[in-house]
Amino acid sequence: MADKLLELRKVSKSFGGLRVISELDLHVDEGEIVSVIGPNGAGKTTLFNLITGLYAPDGGDILFEGTTLLGLEPHEITSRGIARTFQTLRLFLNMTVKENVMAAAYSHTRAGLLRSVLRTPGMRREERGIEQLAEERLAFFGQRLMGYRWNQPAFSLSYANRRRLEIARATATSPRLLLLDEPAAGMNPVETHEIAELIGRLREDGGYTILVIEHDMHVVEGISDRVVALDHGVKIAEGTFDEVATSPRVVEAYLGTKAASTK
Amino acid sequence: MSTDPTNPDAPRVGVDEWVASHEQRRTERSGLLGVVERELARVPSPAFYLGFGVAAAILPALTTNGYIINVGVNTLLYMLLALGLNITVGYAGLLDLGYVAFYGFAAYGYAMLASPKFGLHWDTLAVIPVVVIATVILGFLVALPSRRLVGDYLAIVTLFFGELFATVYQNGESMSLLGFTKPHDITGGPNGIPNIDQFNVFGSHIQALDYKAYYYVALIFFMVLLFAVYLVDRSRTGRAWRSLREDPLAAELMGMPVNRLKLIAFACGAGIAGVAGTIFAAVNTAVFASEFDFTSGLLIIVYAMLILGGAGSLGGVIIGALVVNVSLEVLRDPGHATWVFYVLIGATLLAKLRPWRWLAVVAAGTVGFGFAVHAIVSSAWPRGVHGTAAVGGALGSGLSHWVILPSNPTTIGNIAFICLVLAVLVLTLLHGWVQKLAMIPTLYLAAFVWENRLVVEPSITRLILVGVILIVLMNARPQGLLGTSRVEIV
Repeated sequence: MADKLLELRKVSKSFGGLRVISELDLHVDEGEIVSVIGPNGAGKTTLFNLITGLYAPDGGDILFEGTTLLGLEPHEITSRGIARTFQTLRLFLNMTVKENVMAAAYSHTRAGLLRSVLRTPGMRREERGIEQLAEERLAFFGQRLMGYRWNQPAFSLSYANRRRLEIARATATSPRLLLLDEPAAGMNPVETHEIAELIGRLREDGGYTILVIEHDMHVVEGISDRVVALDHGVKIAEGTFDEVATSPRVVEAYLGTKAASTK
Repeated sequence: MSTDPTNPDAPRVGVDEWVASHEQRRTERSGLLGVVERELARVPSPAFYLGFGVAAAILPALTTNGYIINVGVNTLLYMLLALGLNITVGYAGLLDLGYVAFYGFAAYGYAMLASPKFGLHWDTLAVIPVVVIATVILGFLVALPSRRLVGDYLAIVTLFFGELFATVYQNGESMSLLGFTKPHDITGGPNGIPNIDQFNVFGSHIQALDYKAYYYVALIFFMVLLFAVYLVDRSRTGRAWRSLREDPLAAELMGMPVNRLKLIAFACGAGIAGVAGTIFAAVNTAVFASEFDFTSGLLIIVYAMLILGGAGSLGGVIIGALVVNVSLEVLRDPGHATWVFYVLIGATLLAKLRPWRWLAVVAAGTVGFGFAVHAIVSSAWPRGVHGTAAVGGALGSGLSHWVILPSNPTTIGNIAFICLVLAVLVLTLLHGWVQKLAMIPTLYLAAFVWENRLVVEPSITRLILVGVILIVLMNARPQGLLGTSRVEIV
């Protein structure tokens, strides 16, 4: 078994009296693609918010590469090597497509104000590097985000292209672990198919380990090494897609007790 | 799940018809305007800034009029202020309403270190770095408690800080450290600090009232800082500032330390205001706290410049400060102001009144209505036409035959002003031909109010007129003259 890249140990989170995540154990191994499924309100996005440091857990520990992430600011967690996309897109709409990606290179670049004003050779080299990185990341999506689109504002992109740009931006932080929050939401069947293929390529060519939240079961089936099902903040099943899909507790969570008992 | 190259119908990553044919769909303006637009778009923006710098440097050679140079110094100081505010508000999107306090702090800083107040007469090369660094530190300190605040909350906290600054300096003539020390005179209280030294470097100094020298000092500082800001904007820090303006949460999660970036934005803005403050103190040879409080209107004017030019645009900083400050100066003179007033009304009618025949009806109607009213009043109440128009020449003599000019216009002018406001409000409620016809007496009433009441109070009127100009321009171009239109939600 490969090393555990990300590990959650008995993580809990409540909002007021509501328990959203309850003593959750979860791990993602190096090079794995793990899908998180569950009905709406199961705590999937909260899980992402806990990992990326937006929320502090009430209990438990979150380890990345063997060291805890607790107490770190979100931007520090990102520079450790975890990047995410958002279920509700959060692009920098009034910046150009290329700038969106270039901005995300912040955490692994150094030039300060003085060096930027003086345009020192080091700063210019770094700037060229950032630009190259952005072009490379955008080229990952074929022609879709190329050429004239580089200098267009992000708001001019179609919905599907915005989702792609979010992924490009996340990869520009040079992460080891990518958290994708419903990458296929709102896509048509062709685009969904493409996203599924893309996630595979992100691992093969990009070398990223991927934790993905997805509702589209065809995508989940196609890409996942392992599937984790959540309901009411509790892990109700874990394993291969077939194991999880046939688990009575998963069927119950999605369709209710009656459907589960007749199965 | 890989693509099958033998099957052309299978979806391939990144290839579709739309992408393939995008070149044909690009729309561009045709004709001469299109050519000009395309050529201008190819010129890099530093070339425009440099062009402005050269033009501004030539200006003193073209005129010996000290007043124009004086206005030039003020305009450059405004440009510096707008440039600093552009970082905090335009790039980082932090609504800083205490900005003017940094300007005042630096002006007082210069005054304290280079005046008989404390007997200190430092070299300017020492004062400016010390004062600017102190202002940057103040910017940090103000931003520290504010860094978790956004939008309205940040605005109200910084506004309070600005007023706090003015109040402390206004009452600083006997200050003690929490009652432990004897009271000392620190700021001169309402009397301010007078007799401030001119800029002096190694013993040689600028002559008092030598505005041309200060003009060049301010211009050099502005150009250097303009290019510095331009370069920072095109660096990782600039991109990070704009990211946090767009979406602070996404910026944080993309690895940008949002809190630290906010502090830096505040401090940079404060530092540039600090540079402007030191020049301001030396040019004016005296500083008073009341020049920096809210009622001075300085904050509003700088914001007006930034927003008119287009927040986040460096060219907009130049244009905004020029348009607003030059308008304010031109409108000091009642004759000029009258021209601006009528041209503004004419231009608005020309732009908004359609179809053209209605424009002709309203124009002819207003002129005819005026002569009719004038004829009736001059026969029924001769004293009602005894006054004189404020502007001379053909316009003035024409006006005195058209508009009623009572010999004692104050009371009737005040009443007419209120009637005018009501008439304009009613006008917005009307539609169709009724509205067009109602315009005729309203326009005449406007001319009456202008000639009898507004024109004799230029200090107030010019603010009203600048306000109207801003409303008209911002309606025509909500993103500012050189700004790019921003999309919030799509």
